[in-house]
Amino acid sequence: MTRLLGYDALAVALAVALFGVLAAAFAARRGEAALGALVRGSVFTLFGLTSAAVLAMVYALVSHDFSISYVAQVGSRSTPLFFTIISLWGALEGSILFWAWVLSLWAALVVWRNREVPGRLIPYTGIALLGVSAFFLILLVGPANPFGLVTPVPSDGPGPNPLLQNHVLMAVHPPLLYLGYVGMSVPFAFAIAALVAGEAGNDTWLRLTRRWTLLAWGFLSAAIIAGMWWSYEVLGWGGYWAWDPVENASFLPWLTATAFLHSVMVQERRGMLRLWNVNLIVSTYALTILGTFLTRSGVLSSVHAFTTGTIGYYFLAFIAVVLIVSLVLVAGHSEELRGQGRLDAPIARETVFLLNNLFLTAFMFTVLLGTLFPLVAEAVRGVKVSVGEPFYNRMTLPLCAALLFLMGVGPALPWRRSDLAQARAKLMMPGIVALVVAVLSAILLTRNAYAVAAFAFATFAIVCNVREYWLGAAARRRAHGEAPATALVNLIAANRRRYGGYLAHIGVVAVALGVAASSAFRKEHDATLKRGEKMSVAGFELQLDSLWGREEPQRAVIGATMRVMRDGREVGRLTPRMNFYRTQDQPVPTPAVRSRPWGDLYLNLMAFEPNGSSATIRAITEPLVPWIWIGGGIICLGALVALSGPARKRVAVRETSDPEREPPSSLPLPELEPARTA
Amino acid sequence: MNWKRAIIAGAVGIPVIALLRFGLTRDPRAIASPLPGRAAPAFDLAVFASGNGANAPSPDQRVRLNDLRGNIVVVNFWASWCLPCRDEHASLSEVASRYAGQPVRFVGVLYNDVTANALRWIDEMGGQTYPALLDPGTRTAIDFGVYGVPETFFIGRDGTVASKFVGPIPASVLQQRIDSLLAVAVP
Repeated sequence: MTRLLGYDALAVALAVALFGVLAAAFAARRGEAALGALVRGSVFTLFGLTSAAVLAMVYALVSHDFSISYVAQVGSRSTPLFFTIISLWGALEGSILFWAWVLSLWAALVVWRNREVPGRLIPYTGIALLGVSAFFLILLVGPANPFGLVTPVPSDGPGPNPLLQNHVLMAVHPPLLYLGYVGMSVPFAFAIAALVAGEAGNDTWLRLTRRWTLLAWGFLSAAIIAGMWWSYEVLGWGGYWAWDPVENASFLPWLTATAFLHSVMVQERRGMLRLWNVNLIVSTYALTILGTFLTRSGVLSSVHAFTTGTIGYYFLAFIAVVLIVSLVLVAGHSEELRGQGRLDAPIARETVFLLNNLFLTAFMFTVLLGTLFPLVAEAVRGVKVSVGEPFYNRMTLPLCAALLFLMGVGPALPWRRSDLAQARAKLMMPGIVALVVAVLSAILLTRNAYAVAAFAFATFAIVCNVREYWLGAAARRRAHGEAPATALVNLIAANRRRYGGYLAHIGVVAVALGVAASSAFRKEHDATLKRGEKMSVAGFELQLDSLWGREEPQRAVIGATMRVMRDGREVGRLTPRMNFYRTQDQPVPTPAVRSRPWGDLYLNLMAFEPNGSSATIRAITEPLVPWIWIGGGIICLGALVALSGPARKRVAVRETSDPEREPPSSLPLPELEPARTA
Repeated sequence: MNWKRAIIAGAVGIPVIALLRFGLTRDPRAIASPLPGRAAPAFDLAVFASGNGANAPSPDQRVRLNDLRGNIVVVNFWASWCLPCRDEHASLSEVASRYAGQPVRFVGVLYNDVTANALRWIDEMGGQTYPALLDPGTRTAIDFGVYGVPETFFIGRDGTVASKFVGPIPASVLQQRIDSLLAVAVP
C-alpha cells in the first residue's frame, strides 16, 4: 500500500514534469499569462507529489515495512527511531528521492517568490527546473527505485551504515548539503532560461539570481563545515578534511559559487564580466552534477560511495546533456554577453575581484585535477595512482594565502579608481600588524613557514575587515551622534549586503586560523594503560578510571572512562567509546572531545583487553579547532545578514542614495567625462 | 545565436564525457583482495542447514576446508538481511546442483546474522542445494577479508584462492570460473 502510493506519486510526478516541459511549448503561443499559469501549476503539483513520496518513505521506514526495497536495505527493527527517520538519506535510492524533493521545493519557491515578475524569464526557469526534475524522477521510477517490491518479506534488515547512525550531525549535514547542492540548480535554471529567452544581455535575471545563489551558497558553506565537524566527531582520527573525492565534490562548486558572488558585483556596478558570470553559474551546476556522478556511480572510491547499479550511465547521459546544452547556449550567445564597461584604473576594487576570481578558479582547477587525476592516469597510462594530501596542501596553501590577502585588500579599496598612495595609506596599518604577528609567531610559536604565513595573512584580512566596521560605525557616531552599539547595528542595517559580506570574510578567516593552528600544532600520543595508570599529553594528565561495556538493541558499546587532570587536580572526565554494530565487523568509534575556545583535547579508544584490564588510548591536542565550527557559524550569519537586505526594488533606490556608491557605468557620467577629456 | 561558436564549444565537452565514460568501466575497489594466489585460510565450521544437494552433510556435522582438498571449493558469504544475496541465490543453487557429480563443492557462510532468520530465509527462497555454515565471531569472514556481503571466493584443487567476486554473482560467471579451474591439471 505504502509502496504503491510512493511509487505512483513518483510516476505521476515524472508525468507532470514531462507534461510541463512539453505543454509549455504550446502554451507559449497563447501568451505569457497562460505559460506562467501552466508552469506554476506543474511545479506546485510536482512539489506536492514528491512530498507525498517522501512522506510515504518516512512512514515505511518508521513502520519497518520490509516489503519495500529501500527499507529492507537500510532499515532495522533495532535502530533507534531518530536514525530510522534520517536513514531516508542514508543510501543511494533514498538520497535521490530526497534530492528530487529538495529540487521540487526550490522550484516551487522560485516560481512562487517571482510570480509577479513579468516576461518569459520565470516560466522558462520553471521549465528548466522541471526538466532537471524529470531526470531525477526517471532515476527514481527506473534504476534507483526506492519503492521496489521485496518478496518474500525479510523479517529484519541490516540497519543503516553504522557511520551514519553514530552521530546527530547526520541529521544536519546531508540536508544542508542537499539544500546547497541542489540549490545551485536555481541559478543554473535562471541562466539557461535567460539564454533561451534572449534576455541574457540585460541584467534582470542576474539580479534575480543573486539572492538564490547566496542562499544556496550559505547552505553549502554550512554543509561543508558540518561535514568537517561530523568527520571530526565520528571518524576518530582527529581530523576534519582529507581531500576525499566527496569532500572535493562539495568544495568545487563552493569555489565557483564564491567566485560568482564576488564577480556578480562587478557586473552589477560596471556591466563587465557578463560572459564570465554565466560561465561561473553553469560551471557551478556542472560541478555539482559531476561530483554526484563521481561519487555515486562507483567511478572513484570514497568513504561516501554507495553501492551502485546502472545509475552511472544515466548520470553520464545527464552530464552530457547539461554540459553540451550549456556550452552551446553560452558560446552561441557569447556576443550578446559582451561586457559594456572596462577597468578605469589598475588599483581599484574591481581588480581585486578579478584576482579573487582568478585565484578561486585556479583553486577549483587544482582540486578538480587532483580529483580526476587517478581517472586520467588510468585512461592514458593504465596505471592506478592516488593523489593525496601533500599534493593538495602544496598546491592550495599559496592560493589560500593569496585569497586571505585579497580578502583584506578588497574592502579597503574603493570602486573604480584609486592610486598607490591611497592604497598604501589604507593598507599600511593592517600590513604592520600582520608583520608583527608573523615575527612574533615565528619567534614564539613555530618555524613552519606555512603556519607563519597563514597567521600573518589571516591577521591582515581580519584587521582590514574589522576596521571597515569600525570606521563605518565611527562615521555614524560622528554624523548621527549614536551610541557605539546602535551605530554598529544601524551601519549593518543600512547596507546589509556589504557588511554581511565582511562578516562572511571574518568567518572564513576564523576557519583558516582554526585549520592552520590545528594542523601546525597538533600533538598526538598513544598509550596502553592499565586501570589507574596515567599518561600525559600537552599539560594534561589522563588516568584510566574504568573500562565498561553496555548492550544496546542495535549495538554493543565499550567505553573507557578517563579522568582528565591538570596540575594534579581533576578538571573533568572523558569517555571515548567503541561501538560494535550487529551487521558490521569494523567497530565505529565515538571519540570524546573536551572543547575550549583555545583548543580541544580529543581522546579515542583504540583497543582494549576483553577482560577490562587495559585500554589503548590515543590523545590528540589541537589548538583553535572550535574556531572552524564557529567560523562556519559566522559565515552563515554573514550570508543571513546579506540576504536579509531589503527587496530588490528598494535596493535599486538605496544604491543611488548611498553616498559611497557610484552609479552603474551604463549611465552617463557627466562629472567624470570632462575630467577624462581634459 | 552564433552556431559556429556553439558547435566548437559543444565539441569541447566531448573529451570530458569520454573520460567519465571510461571511468564507468573500472571498479575502484577491484584491487582489494590480496588473497588470490595464496593458500585459502583454513576453516572448520558447523553446518546449520545441510541443504538438499547431492553431498549434503548431516546437520550436526562440521565442514573443514582441509577435508575438501582435491575439490574446487566455492565459498559464498551471505546474510538474510542482504538484498543482493537474494539475486544470486538461484544462480548459486542451480550451478551447485549442475556440478554435483564433479569435484566441486559449494558452501555458504553466514555473515553477521541470526540463525533463525537465516533458516527462514533459506526456506522462503525455496531451499538451497549446498550446505550453509555458521561463522561465530565472523572469524572466517575476517580471515577471508570479507568487506561486505555477498562475496564469493573460488578455491582451486590445490587449496589456493583462485579468485574473488564481489556482489551478486551471475550463473555465467560461476560456471566460467569453475570450468577454468576444472581445466587445470590435478596437482
